[in-house]
Amino acid sequence: MVPLNWYILLSAVVFSIGVVGFLTRRNLIIIFISIELMLNAVNISLVAFSHYLQSIKGQILVFFIIAVAAAEAAIGLAILIVFYRNKPTIKVDEIDLLKG
Amino acid sequence: MTTLQLFFAYFAGMIIVLSILVVTRKNPVHSVMWMLVLFVHIAALYLFLNAEFLAAIQIIVYAGAILVLFLFVIMLLNLRNEETERKFQRQWPIGVIIGVVFMAFLVMILGEITVVPRLGKYSVEFIQSEGNLMTIGKILYTEYLLPFEIASLILLVAIIGAVLLSKKKIK
Repeated sequence: MVPLNWYILLSAVVFSIGVVGFLTRRNLIIIFISIELMLNAVNISLVAFSHYLQSIKGQILVFFIIAVAAAEAAIGLAILIVFYRNKPTIKVDEIDLLKG
Repeated sequence: MTTLQLFFAYFAGMIIVLSILVVTRKNPVHSVMWMLVLFVHIAALYLFLNAEFLAAIQIIVYAGAILVLFLFVIMLLNLRNEETERKFQRQWPIGVIIGVVFMAFLVMILGEITVVPRLGKYSVEFIQSEGNLMTIGKILYTEYLLPFEIASLILLVAIIGAVLLSKKKIK
């Protein structure tokens, strides 16, 4: 029997690794990937709680989180492509002007 | 350590190592490849928790759709992998310190909580009697019908938005 605390700690560690990746990388694609990593950490925590509290609501929420994460990744990458046409860089510290 | 705990330790350790690898690669294609392995391990973790439907959805949607989308965008942008380019921002120590403090807080606080396993309706036997897919399907179409329809609307908006945003302007 795996204790619930192990799942929660795993989710916390993966979430903070996603936070570190989001805060320190220059490449915008890696920043998007860190966002997906954070969402997956939350998914692990939700499914673990759903299993231990014998409820199904955690899994339902994970279902919707996966759907919304897919939609958000699509829109975010589309915006990235549109911005790349404006200024051909994806490093965040070179995107420093409000005017295109 | 029972066998189950040993397997969980393998998957948890691999998930942590893979997420560090995902976040620290110089080539974004390498990051995406490690993310694929990470998603397969997370799907295996869902199988531990009797969520077979979610494990399948995780592999189909995340590893099969979102990762392919990332790869397409990386290919479209035609990035050059310069060897002398910095990959971390100039203020990366502050980011690492913030992340480590955040993780220390979370681990200290969340390691102390004790959740009493409550006996709800959806025990493991109940879910296994009908199958995870049937259980989620019954709930999704009766109690959570409105969020289900709204999720489909969100996906429709995402499709339209992505197509509209990536069109070339015809002058």
